[in-house]
Amino acid sequence: MKATNILDPNYFHKVVDCQWACPAHTPVPEYIRLVAQQRYTEAYMINWDSNVFPGILGRTCDRPCEPACRRVRTEEKPVAICRLKRVAADHKGDITAFLPRVPVEKNGKKIALLGAGPASLAVARDLLPFGYEIDMFDQASAGGGMMRSQIPAFRLPADVLDEEVDLILNMGVNTHFDYEITSMQAMLDMNYDAYFVGTGAPRGRDLDIPGRTEVDEHISIGIDWLSSVAFGHTTNISGKVIVMGGGNTAMDCCRTSTRLGAESVTVVVRSAFEVMKASDWEKEDAMNEDIPIINNRPPKEFIHENGKLKGVLFECVTPVEENGRLKYVPSDEPDVFIEADHILMAIGQENHCPWIERDIGIEFDKWDCPILDEDTLQSTNPEIFFGGDSALGPENIIWASAHAHTAAISMHLFCQGRNVKGERPPEGVNLISQKMGIHEWSYDAEHDPSIRHIVPHAHKEASLKNIKVEVELGFDEKLGFDEAQRCLNCDVQTVFTDQLCIECDACVDICPMDCISFIDNAEESSMRPALMAPATNLEQDLYVSGHLETGRVMVKDEDVCLHCGLCAERCPTNAWDMQKSVIHIPQMGSYAE
Amino acid sequence: MTYVSKPEIHHPLLKVNEIGLNRRNYEGSVSTLCAGCGHDSVSAAIVQACSELSIPPHRFLKISGIGCSSKTPSYFLGNSHGFNSVHGRMPSVATGANLANRDMYCVGVSGDGDSASIGLGQFAHIVRRKINMLYIVDNNGTYGLTKGQFSATNDLGSTSKKGAPTLYSPIDMVSIALQIGAGFVARSFSGDKRQLVPLIKAGIMHKGFAFIDVISPCVLFNNHAGSTKSYDYVREHTEHVIDADVVLPHEEITVDYEPGTSESVNMPDGSRLHLNKLSNDYDPFDRVKALSHVQEAQERGEVVTGLLYVSRDPHDCHEILDTTDIPLNALEESVLCPGAGKLADLNQSFR
Repeated sequence: MKATNILDPNYFHKVVDCQWACPAHTPVPEYIRLVAQQRYTEAYMINWDSNVFPGILGRTCDRPCEPACRRVRTEEKPVAICRLKRVAADHKGDITAFLPRVPVEKNGKKIALLGAGPASLAVARDLLPFGYEIDMFDQASAGGGMMRSQIPAFRLPADVLDEEVDLILNMGVNTHFDYEITSMQAMLDMNYDAYFVGTGAPRGRDLDIPGRTEVDEHISIGIDWLSSVAFGHTTNISGKVIVMGGGNTAMDCCRTSTRLGAESVTVVVRSAFEVMKASDWEKEDAMNEDIPIINNRPPKEFIHENGKLKGVLFECVTPVEENGRLKYVPSDEPDVFIEADHILMAIGQENHCPWIERDIGIEFDKWDCPILDEDTLQSTNPEIFFGGDSALGPENIIWASAHAHTAAISMHLFCQGRNVKGERPPEGVNLISQKMGIHEWSYDAEHDPSIRHIVPHAHKEASLKNIKVEVELGFDEKLGFDEAQRCLNCDVQTVFTDQLCIECDACVDICPMDCISFIDNAEESSMRPALMAPATNLEQDLYVSGHLETGRVMVKDEDVCLHCGLCAERCPTNAWDMQKSVIHIPQMGSYAE
Repeated sequence: MTYVSKPEIHHPLLKVNEIGLNRRNYEGSVSTLCAGCGHDSVSAAIVQACSELSIPPHRFLKISGIGCSSKTPSYFLGNSHGFNSVHGRMPSVATGANLANRDMYCVGVSGDGDSASIGLGQFAHIVRRKINMLYIVDNNGTYGLTKGQFSATNDLGSTSKKGAPTLYSPIDMVSIALQIGAGFVARSFSGDKRQLVPLIKAGIMHKGFAFIDVISPCVLFNNHAGSTKSYDYVREHTEHVIDADVVLPHEEITVDYEPGTSESVNMPDGSRLHLNKLSNDYDPFDRVKALSHVQEAQERGEVVTGLLYVSRDPHDCHEILDTTDIPLNALEESVLCPGAGKLADLNQSFR
């Protein structure tokens, strides 16, 4: 194998599994260390820089970082990264001094943001400090988009949402709320220098099975219903409720129904429990509220009498694994009838932009999504950019933040008349030694064997009565510290200098995880099984040194390294050093540095 | 010295041996020796060898004298029996322990100061008596614990870290062991576990006295350009003659050697000692030729490593003394001390 180029920004970035998995590439270990040091404001700002909504995401993020956490591979449960983000947000001090300054003198370029959801808000935040004039349009009467309309208050309290949304609006966004956009052409006629479409995936899917039209008044589309609850138009739901669907919207629908007075709530899912789209913790929360989830039941027919809904007839299927995928075959059981007075349909969302004329240069693919350059998020009409759910289909808030950073750079380059694709700021990596003295490291290297800490919940009876009572209470400072200690500091890298190595084997002997081997160089496929411990996880790289004095190479399997620093601690020549990798992810902020 | 403690968790795919233990179960506490000390590699090799032999840790006796080397039994086999004895007196204590309980696997670790200076007399006699043990000398040619004076194994022509030459000719432990009649004599290098681990396994399973001289560089005081016991010097001047490995009764020989280069010797417990010749004209069963080969190489400044000599018909002290098969410590008191009458009979038999 060729010697690893550790100056390639992606190499050590990949080792920081959580950061690599995060769409916005939030430097997770860095803020977790700050949480442990009770420097919550700094921890918050690191998050705010990269994901824009730490308080909101600390409660609602889909957490792609957690399944990626190295701790899943070394032990079992990941660090509660998302909850530590919330700790930073809950305990932060005054952040005003840390915020970017917005110039009074504008740069003369005007930008229109369509939609006031997370993607548009993040674009506004990125561009305002550079003197852009920002106009934001949304049909709702307040900013926040789906964060306000679809996430119930028991998961995301209004004050948390308002704080982070208003922070951006108050940077000087010209808001045009209660503004229904009916024509893209009309927007183009307003002659902005660039447009950003962040209007989300606003259409909930419907289900066309027998009886659908007859019982129309008893059926609500999940996201529309949640939105009408959020804006106070719906305040109760009566009788027996069936929620159809297995995603996070379904979980929000069923838990909201319970709080609004439903006699009974049942979630019925077409697929198996394990493959439901809802996050594990949201399923758990619903089940903790005694809501039954019935799986493997595709709906067959709405049963009604004289236009009055009686219930739903479901087919029974059994999941069978075929080529690693689940296939559903009819089981022998007879069809099941479940009584219902009201149905909430939460079976998915899709992009829907009927207001974008199809003759203005924006091309759409066969799924009715705009055709975009994925690196720039520029549409086929060069002055129009997309982000969030309206760009690449329904995702999560964290994706909206990530898209916003990409689109903001593109729009900046576009407005300055530069090459949108070719002149983007580069990625980079800085390596900083953490050695402070003999046996002294500037990070807490000791491995903490404790298991994941459980987050306290509000009293169940009280929270089920009031939709505004937040269920998760979050970690207090003590629990936050304890959980932060579980972080393995994967951004403090084991950096090897082959010229210094005397091949004494001290690192091999001390490594608790058998990550380090000194062997003859070979092809990757023959080296992987021949290491001190077989390197079976092909997604994790091997760190290969240049040739050593004996002709061998040092090979380190990054897979289960604890970053405990023992290799560097036991190295007599400092061939191993623990160095913090700071990954530079391009953002508008890159221009300010 | 290391202040970060070694985490208890291990690699999820760490191999488990025949008795359900993994290598980490054979470790001791974290070493307090200097970072990069060859002795730590020897300890790691012992850990690996004992784990691969699938012998329960409590069946081992680890024993040592005084010195850096003699601290190392703390760093391996944490769940075994141990005795850290007086300077140079490990052989006496090992002899006693071995006589009292012949069922223990005895591993002694000593250094060039402990065995070639203060304990040379003791060493010579434990070789003669064929005590059933593996005797390892961590040989770094220097007194590291007292800041780097020459030891008795330091080669003529080598210098101290500051450049002062050695004044006296060296004692070669391997030659002494061969000359006095050890049944198993090997030399290895702490930086070559591929060679050292199988030798330790073979030494533990050998019947009688097994000796391994391990050149183990002192990174602080004797790993410089003027040293003949540095990582660089040893790597450049090694003549590797015979590879040895123990093949346990349930194992198969999986490595294919060139025809005519390998040979198996049966060992008393049913395992086999497998030898692979790396040098065509070397005969590991000929003690006299082995001795001259080692000494000739030494004249040239070469270090001969590998299994240098093994007896086809090894003996141990229990055979020589004709002791009971049951370990003495397991005998009933009435059998062990049969009383004044039996003593009188015994005395009578000598008259």
